Amino acid sequence: MLKGKVALVTGGSRGIGKAIALELAKQGANVAVNYAGSEQKAQEVVDEIKQYASDAIKIQANVANEADVKAMIKTVVEQFGSLDILVNNAGITKDNLLMRMKEEEFDQVIQTNLKGVFLCTKGVSRQMMKQKSGKIINIASIVGVTGNPGQANYVAAKAGVIGLTKTTAKELATRNILVNAVAPGFIETDMTDLLTEEQRNSMLQMIPLERLGKAEDVAKVVRFLASEDGNYVTGQTIHVDGGMVM
Amino acid sequence: MADTFERVKKIVVDRLDVEESKVTMEASFKEDLEADSLDVVELVMELEDEFDTEISDEEAEKIATVGDAVNYINSTL
Repeated sequence: MLKGKVALVTGGSRGIGKAIALELAKQGANVAVNYAGSEQKAQEVVDEIKQYASDAIKIQANVANEADVKAMIKTVVEQFGSLDILVNNAGITKDNLLMRMKEEEFDQVIQTNLKGVFLCTKGVSRQMMKQKSGKIINIASIVGVTGNPGQANYVAAKAGVIGLTKTTAKELATRNILVNAVAPGFIETDMTDLLTEEQRNSMLQMIPLERLGKAEDVAKVVRFLASEDGNYVTGQTIHVDGGMVM
Repeated sequence: MADTFERVKKIVVDRLDVEESKVTMEASFKEDLEADSLDVVELVMELEDEFDTEISDEEAEKIATVGDAVNYINSTL
């Protein structure tokens, strides 16, 4: 399905990013796994990808740093010869109530989760314009649509990503570069493992499908958008949330 | 100088699909050659490749005519 394609997944060493990297590799794509700090985990993803007869490399880069991003994209193109799919997945949280949130907590989350998407998108757009094709998939969040107490910084960034997705889709459409966002709801990850039984149950009551999602559920929608099956879809935000937000 | 112009002209003709005769030093990309903003960005990218140079975003924004591009390239050679 993605044979011969080259994908870059930011924040690809863990959680949803890891599931996406593995899913794209299973479909035949060569994958560059970006990580910020967890080199060991990134290496494990690379090793696992190589079992699927796809090639993979790991690249350390802070997506909020333009020099890092430029060097990362250069490495991917040098290594694999093209760059067909960018998945902007890297993200952090620094939750706090608005009244208690420090300026740094706000800034750091915006830098990584929103500016990082801008820098990586700008960085690959040149290569994709030359190729006259490309898929950019931004991992947003359902809270970017609904809001969420305690996450002013994260929600602002994710809502920003949705707006950035639409603008990039319009600017690059004539060059056959398709840009979409995927907005996960409650997905079982390290983050949701920390919730209490009570918090978990109250979350489940808001989900029509009455279960949490898996990282693979998100990865499969990304795979659809990255593949030729998604060739008439651009500028959209697809909710992968068990029906929570309609 | 003339050589730079000829090389730029060839790229402009290919990229924008315009008559060679319309590509003069004075021709404005957007007004005379019907390029949109993205076309100009792409042209600059191709010129960078052709002349093996880097044109910064600040410099690229100043390029409005074919002559601007030719003069900038000549100044870097």
